[in-house]
Amino acid sequence: MELPQLEYVRLRRCDSAASVPQFCNSPTMIVMVGLPARGKTYISKKLTRYLNWIGVPTKMFNVGQYRREAVKIYKNFEFFKTDNEEAMRIRKACASAALKDVSAYFSKEQGQVAVFDATNTTRERRAVINSFAKEKGYKVFFVESICDDPEIIAENIKQVKFGSPDYVDRDIDDAMEDFVQRIECYKANYKSIDDEKDRKLSYIKIFDVGSRYLVNRVQDHIQSRIVYYLMNIHVTPRSIYLSRHGESELNLLGRIGGDSGLSPRGQKYANALATFIKGQKISDLKVWTSHMKRTIQTAEALGVPYEQWKALNEIDAGVCEELTYEEIQENLPEEFALRDQDKYRYRYPKGESYEDLVHRLEPVIMELERQENVLVVCHQAVMRCLLAYFLDKPADELPYLRCPLHTVLKLTPIAYGCKVEPFFLNIEAVNTHRERPGNVDVNRNPDEALQTVPDHI
Amino acid sequence: MTNCPTLIVTVGLPARGKTYISKKLTRYLNWIGVPTREFNVGQYRRECMKIYKSFEFFRPDNEEGLKIRRQCASAALNDVRQYLTEQGGQVAVFDATNTTRERRETIIQFAEQNGFKVFFVESVCEDPDVIQENIVQVKLGSPDYTNCNTEEAVEDFMKRIKCYENSYETLDEVLDRDLSYIKIMDVGQRYLVNRVLDHIQSRIVYYLMNIHITPRSIYLCRHGESELNVKGRIGGDSGLTPRGKEFGKKLSQFIKSQGISDLKVWTSQMKRTIQTAEALSVPYEQWKVLNEIDAGVCEEMMYEEIQDNYPLEFALRDQDKYRYRYPKGESYEDLVQRLEPVIMELERQENVLVICHQAVMRCLLAYFLDKTAEELPYLKCPLHTVLKLTPVAYGCKVESICLNVDAVNTHRERPETVSDFSKKNEKSLQ
Repeated sequence: MELPQLEYVRLRRCDSAASVPQFCNSPTMIVMVGLPARGKTYISKKLTRYLNWIGVPTKMFNVGQYRREAVKIYKNFEFFKTDNEEAMRIRKACASAALKDVSAYFSKEQGQVAVFDATNTTRERRAVINSFAKEKGYKVFFVESICDDPEIIAENIKQVKFGSPDYVDRDIDDAMEDFVQRIECYKANYKSIDDEKDRKLSYIKIFDVGSRYLVNRVQDHIQSRIVYYLMNIHVTPRSIYLSRHGESELNLLGRIGGDSGLSPRGQKYANALATFIKGQKISDLKVWTSHMKRTIQTAEALGVPYEQWKALNEIDAGVCEELTYEEIQENLPEEFALRDQDKYRYRYPKGESYEDLVHRLEPVIMELERQENVLVVCHQAVMRCLLAYFLDKPADELPYLRCPLHTVLKLTPIAYGCKVEPFFLNIEAVNTHRERPGNVDVNRNPDEALQTVPDHI
Repeated sequence: MTNCPTLIVTVGLPARGKTYISKKLTRYLNWIGVPTREFNVGQYRRECMKIYKSFEFFRPDNEEGLKIRRQCASAALNDVRQYLTEQGGQVAVFDATNTTRERRETIIQFAEQNGFKVFFVESVCEDPDVIQENIVQVKLGSPDYTNCNTEEAVEDFMKRIKCYENSYETLDEVLDRDLSYIKIMDVGQRYLVNRVLDHIQSRIVYYLMNIHITPRSIYLCRHGESELNVKGRIGGDSGLTPRGKEFGKKLSQFIKSQGISDLKVWTSQMKRTIQTAEALSVPYEQWKVLNEIDAGVCEEMMYEEIQDNYPLEFALRDQDKYRYRYPKGESYEDLVQRLEPVIMELERQENVLVICHQAVMRCLLAYFLDKTAEELPYLKCPLHTVLKLTPVAYGCKVESICLNVDAVNTHRERPETVSDFSKKNEKSLQ
């Protein structure tokens, strides 16, 4: 009984190995609920970034954006008064337009999750969304953010509202005054999700920026992952430092992978890193490394405790471990070309792909979200994956992100994103970055394949 | 993972699943490598009282009873302290009703004095069907009721619950807002989570939110016999032998005969499990993390070759098979870590058939049957045999179904002499 040829068998190098088992058949709508300045957009963007990174196609739909497109100029909070019939009509139309786009995203763009970011503070509005989803066969999961701490709300307004297109020409005090009035417009009709009346709905209520959560009727795997993620994120200011190990012996030889020690310059970098870190005067810094010599030796120079994670080990190049690119081209030219064709999904024979790497790094990301100040000493491919998460880079850009040796990237969450500051610590090192060559065809010449290989001994 | 030891404290009326949760959580934490032990105050009471007469022991006006129960709680806390400070424990699960604020306050003070973090797990349920089922599953078989008939036992137990009801003070959103806890309502329909302090508490909450008690079965089996199996070689990515394919067919018949509604089938991404699943003619999901343990430099070798080429490694492995990592490969300990998402998803799912590999199956089995790290690498998981696991009471029923297709034996016992590797030791190759 010969088995039919390979369609079903994952023998091809570039087959997807998504980190989320494909149990989500129905698309899911995540519906935000809450007064203005409660972190809905912050949560929406972060959640969207996370889900895309783990391989679940997700898109955010911010109704405020639709409103800004419909009403070119924002005058003041009067637009949001509940007796402003004209405005109510526009706002309803915007919500409908957004729902329509959600539908198109699911049916035409193979989206899996849509995050519907709006206040959705009335039962009526939520019922409309629920009916819409039911009719189309989408699952619905509500995320309500409840907060009455005036300090948090004020900080929120400062961080993200002043810079909003709505307030771009305003004086700060005016803007604050107007926004507070805007919130008042919603308050009168705000009906929180009701634990009794809404007990059949699936939702999470987040209280006081994560001090407390109420979770009701989690339906499936993706909702469970979403709840876990939401329960682990926080807004306490902190910085994450990403760096590779110091230059290694194998780096100098242009060989990939392996488990070699630091070169003399690499050792110098470790010392420079120690000086740099001390200079940053970080309170309570956690230091993480992989299980490989080169990251451990780098951390040793810091003179502080560090934790080793096997999950931070460099991508396993399988049969290509410790080869130079020239050797790979000579011995496995087809593999070399396939990798250039789809560097994200390509899996080295007996090794891993970037996609596999993302999957194994997910617990690291989850713990980074829980932590505050952390320095991660890792490897090129690993650092690209982590960076792609923080900077929301898509899968096709991820494997080509620049992560040179001897450079620390300081990431600081700000507003809805992440500030990046690179610090090159002035110790020379080889370049290990190989750009995608022009010709990725399996029949290309060796020269074309090796065109972008960086110099080495 | 944690610096301070953690004390998990259950809260709830009798028959709300506290012991079920305690035992399951303890099993899970130990499996992922966090030394955990449960302390069931009811056990202490049984040791103290020897004979259980009736619910009257639990009446709130029974001074003698109260005194004994307080002593038992203290004895248990004493043992908790010893476990966490002197015996290397990381987490202790204090399993008792703990239904009054006063009792909980005592525990909180005890924890503060000793530098333990406290996390409460309250189970709240008013569904009479669930409570009844609970009593039938685990109370009737309890030592307290060995000499009662079913009706008597149920009646007594209901009265016992009543004894606690009047003084029951549930964890309060306002009064207890500074405590760390999870309140589980109606067997997992709803959860209230307050002030999760650290990584381990976050993992515990995630785990508790994924488990359920809907009856179901989990089927574990290995791929059919493979080409490398018959050559006595480990690892690799070979296809099935004719006997292996025969197993695929028999597996398909067996699964159909089980009449399972909505069965999920999972395989690894290696040929031999995929080919086995193909014979079932149903959709299946491929998980890379279900791949066999990576034997690194020893991949595709026979044990004789490993002995010849890496005698030191071979001996080291026999000394500590759980922690030993093949050069450029993995250890069983690594395997457990990469299988954790599989276990989490198995907890969420209902009926599942997992077609995997010897080392992987040992890890999964150890989780379900609460086997220690020492025992895990030597669990017997022969080819062509399906293990059907059905949760029952506080544990797991195992049925072993051999599908009557011959296969080589791939099980290597721990050899008697493991310390002396200088002699070319034939015993190690037995």
